[in-house]
Amino acid sequence: MREKIIYELKTLYRDDMRARAFEFGSGEESVCILGSLRGNEIQQTYVCSQLVKELNILEQKGAIVKDKKITVIPCANPRSINTEKRFWPIDNTDINRMFPGYDVGETTQRIAAGLFENIKSYKYGIQFTSFYMPGRFIPHIRMMSTGEEDVEQAKLFGMPYVVRRKVRPYDTTTLNYNWQLWETKAYSVYTTTTADIDEASAKQGIKSVLHFLKCIGVIDESVSTNAGYHSKLLWNTDMVNVRNTHSGIYRPVLQSGQQAEAGDLLARIIDPYTGEITEKIIAPCTGTIFFSHSNPLVYSSTAVVKIVPEN
Amino acid sequence: MIQTVTQADLPCDESLRIKKNRIAPENTDNLKRISIVTGTHGDELEGQYVCYLVQKRINEHPECLNGIIDIYPAINPIGIDSITRGIPAFDLDMNRMFPGDSEGYMLEHIANGIVTDLEGSDVCIDIHASNIFLTEIPQVRINTIFGKKLVPIAEKINIDLIWVHPSATVLESTLAHSMNAVGVPTLVVEMGVGMRITKSYCEQLTDGIFNLMSSLGMWSGEVPNVRKPLVVYDEDPISFLNAEKSGLFVAHTKHWTNVTEGQHIGDIIDPLSGKVLTTVTADCDGILFTIREYPIVDEGSLIGRILPGRELKI
Ligand SMILES: [Zn+2]
Repeated sequence: MREKIIYELKTLYRDDMRARAFEFGSGEESVCILGSLRGNEIQQTYVCSQLVKELNILEQKGAIVKDKKITVIPCANPRSINTEKRFWPIDNTDINRMFPGYDVGETTQRIAAGLFENIKSYKYGIQFTSFYMPGRFIPHIRMMSTGEEDVEQAKLFGMPYVVRRKVRPYDTTTLNYNWQLWETKAYSVYTTTTADIDEASAKQGIKSVLHFLKCIGVIDESVSTNAGYHSKLLWNTDMVNVRNTHSGIYRPVLQSGQQAEAGDLLARIIDPYTGEITEKIIAPCTGTIFFSHSNPLVYSSTAVVKIVPEN
Repeated sequence: MIQTVTQADLPCDESLRIKKNRIAPENTDNLKRISIVTGTHGDELEGQYVCYLVQKRINEHPECLNGIIDIYPAINPIGIDSITRGIPAFDLDMNRMFPGDSEGYMLEHIANGIVTDLEGSDVCIDIHASNIFLTEIPQVRINTIFGKKLVPIAEKINIDLIWVHPSATVLESTLAHSMNAVGVPTLVVEMGVGMRITKSYCEQLTDGIFNLMSSLGMWSGEVPNVRKPLVVYDEDPISFLNAEKSGLFVAHTKHWTNVTEGQHIGDIIDPLSGKVLTTVTADCDGILFTIREYPIVDEGSLIGRILPGRELKI
């Protein structure tokens, strides 16, 4: 294992901000794995830290295939992590809306440019990322449909689902999209949580990445890996969004990963003053709960539950 | 008449209401309509005072009004209330969710309600105040695809600069883009600085709004003379001065002045060591039209913008 600082930003009073990379094996730039770009992506950082630990053991056993290099960057934005702020502390910009970056531009454009310069020529790019709405996901691989996406390969992660979606205007500035422009096969990996740790899905994330690395011939085939699932392929539009009408206190009954029958109670919304139930959220169809809202408060017309319908 | 344009219930005993005030003569048949919108970014307050000034002048001579003026002072009221640029609790930029969706989640529904209500305006003016970091001369920013239609309107509103900039896909979700796309000519004004009121700029823009009203036959009262703005097109070069060091920026030059190549714009200093970390100088002759206001800078922070090769006649 080699440690390398791939980007550094001097600050006035705080320590210099460093993006620290951990390299395993050597030779061809095979796989780059990125954890957090935002300050609340703690689960994403945690999963990558565990991967660093696992890959270090594998490297010592000689299990990294010759002429293959794996780079893991658990956190590319410690400055935001340390202040528990999702975006860049001074101007609230999102580094993941700044790719491919601009090295003489504004601060977060420079950070994106500095990172991208170091990670753009890998064959595979894996990013642990998060959703802007608070909630819990079934572990899955998410891909943008650029026309070039390789869904068969995405199934090699052995995650429960591979979800595709159409490209939206703002996607063009994300890391995933720019990786694809540079002919890196890019995969976004979602585990269950973001700001808090979910052990079970963290383990799933680690297993899936190691299994993928074995399938693409980057770690030795003698390494025992088993991701566990035959991934189901779907479009994000295949999911049924269940919205609430009322705002209030949100009490979930069923959560991501569980099965729901049409008519099942998914959640209750409670009046914050009287304790009365103001709304019952009912499953409109039978299927698997893919996403469930997790904040104790809920605003009106929120997609609080997303269901993958049966068939 | 104060009306609620769209609303949604918040979790605890409060409704989020977007309000407007319609000022119009009794009979509004066949009258033109101008909408003044502001408060999309909760930390930009210059437009607040313009909303007041426009009404003050109309109230002084209500008989001169021959059109409909709709004033929407707070598109993001919970942002204004909490000194938050975006939308509190969502950490989202209100100006990235238009045209919204009437069937979408709360904020999309609110955004769509605003767009629907603005439809039918003859002109819409969306007033911004830069941000807390930069001071801007009163200007209108126009996406190049709407340039032909909007530049002549922008020339009427007494601003100093029109900046026609290239289109960018991320900007398709702004209020102005959404309104222009449905045929409502919408001008984005940027002026002053966040969290402050620059009275002279607010008066200046108010003069311009009355000039526009007059040119549309909506105002028969007196109209002050308006200035002719500089127009900068897409292909014109603009020089950006970015901080080369993180530190405390102290300006030595005022904005909206002529500068010469090598001129001292300011210093980035380190209060801990008492040293000047770097000197910021103009990289060309021209007009300094943007200057850093918020002193703390990171490497890369924007310090100023220069229009090369132009000169202000003083
Ligand atoms: Zn603004």
